[in-house]
Amino acid sequence: MANVHQFDVVVVGAGGAGLMAGLYASRGAKTAVISKLYPTRSHTGAAQGGISAAFGNTEEDHPEWHTYDSVKGSDYLGDQDAIEFMCNEAIDAVLELEHMGLPFDRTPEGRILQRNFGGHTNNVTGKPVRRACHAADRTGHMIVQTLYQQCLKNKVNFFDEYQVLDLLLVNGKAAGVVAVELATGELHTFHAKAVIFATGGHGRIFEVTSNAYAYTGDGAAIAWRCGLPLEDMEFFQFHPTGIYKLGILITEGVRGEGGVLINGKGERFMTKYAPHVKDLASRDVVSRAIYTEIREGRGVNGQNYVYLDARPESVMKYAAEDGRTNPDGSPYKITAEELLKKLPDIVDFNRVYLGIDPMTQMMPIQPTAHYTMGGIPTNKFGEVVVDDQNTAYPGLYAAGECACVSIHGANRLGTNSLLDLVVFGKHAGLRAAEYARQADLQNLPDDPTEGARAQFDGLRSGSGKENAFDISREMKKVMFEDVGIYRNEKGMKSALEKIAEWKERFRHVRITDTGRIFNTELLNAWELGNMLDVSEVIAECALNRTESRGGHSREDFPNRDDVNWLKHTLAWKKDGKIEIGYKPVVITKYQPKERVY
Amino acid sequence: MQVTLKVFRYNPEKDRRGHYETYNLDVEETERILDLLELVKGHLDGTLSFRRSCAHGVCGSDAMRINGRNMLACKTLVRDVGDRITVEPLLGLKIIKDLIVDMEPFFDNYKRVLPWFVNDSPLPPDGKERLQSPEQRARFDETTKCILCAACTTSCPSFWGSDDYLGPAALVTAHRFIFDSRDEAAAQRLQIISETSGLARCHTAYNCTMACPREIHITKAIGELKLATLTGKVD
Repeated sequence: MANVHQFDVVVVGAGGAGLMAGLYASRGAKTAVISKLYPTRSHTGAAQGGISAAFGNTEEDHPEWHTYDSVKGSDYLGDQDAIEFMCNEAIDAVLELEHMGLPFDRTPEGRILQRNFGGHTNNVTGKPVRRACHAADRTGHMIVQTLYQQCLKNKVNFFDEYQVLDLLLVNGKAAGVVAVELATGELHTFHAKAVIFATGGHGRIFEVTSNAYAYTGDGAAIAWRCGLPLEDMEFFQFHPTGIYKLGILITEGVRGEGGVLINGKGERFMTKYAPHVKDLASRDVVSRAIYTEIREGRGVNGQNYVYLDARPESVMKYAAEDGRTNPDGSPYKITAEELLKKLPDIVDFNRVYLGIDPMTQMMPIQPTAHYTMGGIPTNKFGEVVVDDQNTAYPGLYAAGECACVSIHGANRLGTNSLLDLVVFGKHAGLRAAEYARQADLQNLPDDPTEGARAQFDGLRSGSGKENAFDISREMKKVMFEDVGIYRNEKGMKSALEKIAEWKERFRHVRITDTGRIFNTELLNAWELGNMLDVSEVIAECALNRTESRGGHSREDFPNRDDVNWLKHTLAWKKDGKIEIGYKPVVITKYQPKERVY
Repeated sequence: MQVTLKVFRYNPEKDRRGHYETYNLDVEETERILDLLELVKGHLDGTLSFRRSCAHGVCGSDAMRINGRNMLACKTLVRDVGDRITVEPLLGLKIIKDLIVDMEPFFDNYKRVLPWFVNDSPLPPDGKERLQSPEQRARFDETTKCILCAACTTSCPSFWGSDDYLGPAALVTAHRFIFDSRDEAAAQRLQIISETSGLARCHTAYNCTMACPREIHITKAIGELKLATLTGKVD
């Protein structure tokens, strides 16, 4: 067979999780990292504000506080053993990044500088705590660069611009993946003992999103089509502050440095919704607050946006009102020059896309689809688990945004995604290499690329009466409106009917590019198929969950219901339909209680 | 507003040479050039090929020539360039298809400057971070911003005229490590960039600095490297 490569471990995706997995797996096993992009283009690079670890470099902090905050942030749906594991590993994980050369910002003593972020608190006083380690407002960029560089140093094998299309499962074990090389259009079979998915999220199913074009749910959709379950897919995070209409992320770090949200009447409204931490509440709370202000007519000029005010005089005015102090107890003060240093990219985005200067003008923002809490179920070692007993699937691993450990539960705290990538990417890599050392290669199917070919053939042979771009645009609009921040039965049922129609219409798409070299039309259409699959699972699981929790807000079921719904959703594709099951949430130290910020 | 978008087209499986296609579009002045390309691809010609991912100037996928200058298509708005827009692939790298060029030589150059942190000394006794003052950190801040989009390197006349010149982007990466107080391989890197394919090929045309979408003062960084190779001092 042409184009068959043999490895012990194959990692799919080269963002933070994939690179960390690749780095660790390659130390103990012959490893390949496959990515549809050049690794440095991965979406981890768009993460801005920071990565959390309870160093306490400027004020008291403890991993236990980080754990509790993350449990509370998850609206008690996160598995507490996994959360505790991650928060305990956080300090060493961030130190390891520093030892790899990551250029964190520094305290006057030369230690890693930390800033405030939503939902991270001093558990005694309830006040925000500085826990987010950062490199200006490009922390994700520095993580992806640093890890890629360390992978090069360690001679990891990269297959850049290869799109993985299919997962090979043989005799109940992972056997490899099939990918198309974009530059040639040729299919390649990667025969491996272990496969790690680190393929990222799927925010591109929504009209307004901070996510890259590449975020089309490829890994989740491939796993789904192979009959593997997906967990907690109804939970999707809308980040409170995206640039109006464009959705480009404005980091929570802006509020961490003292920025506040202002409605169309000039009022600071978060005091109503989160009296203790105000603008630094969890993202789900802040996004709902913004939406409520807009729906009740207090958007700016009657439009669907509010302001984020980071002008130094405003920052200091509200800091004084809040009694905010520096770690040494002195009143909090900041200058435009300091803000520019801390948030250079935010200033740049505002200037380029809006033509405004955030040091003298307020930024128009709206909530933007941001993060996939659900995904491929795993345990805390990155092993994919396939049922309510957490039975591991031999040779199959997942880490990062495509995975659901679950540490983020119903709502992720800011900065925990970068931590997730580093901690669970590492453990997935370690476990996969360990597994590969004692496992044999499974025999490949007679025709391993059959499934991948069939998917492409379908897109080449449709009747041609439908256009993928149109379907995609309709999907994004409906998903944002009906399966977005606020949801109800009527809207979701209507969305599900439309998804069924789009799936039917999708069968009639025929791509016009008949070439092999960089056939991006074919790839984009294939990605749309993934997004349609993922959208259906999300809408079905969201309709099924008749409560509100974290990022899942039902207008018709506005309260959290721990009696019936303190459990994870598992969804499978069975006979062309979606079957839903459940598994218990792991609760160790923290009994669910009302969530107040 | 009405705009005329002229796009370089080349399909290696059909065309012997490149040509231009013109599309008349009705768009908002605040739309990105990338939005225009997506519109063409979605509705007028699905075969149009280009790279893109983040769509807001941080991943570096969509560097291309827009009205003759290297820019990111996602960070350039219609109002920045007017209603007659010409889009072409980067110069100096082989054109694969339409706006997609062969990035391998670019990344090969990157890999030549030891683009990774080197410090084999023992960790501090407390096992914590290697200390670095805010001033030491600020010393190389700008060159950590590079997104490897290749806008600088492919705007450089010396790069166009040479088979082996490292190019500005690789030198920016060298700078990022050489001026990092924690890194221990400055001497090796200075040696590499002192070879004939390195610093000596920079004739301060400033094109790189003009082209950088991250506003890195590349010519200044290269100047600092030149000084360091002359004095043997890094500070």
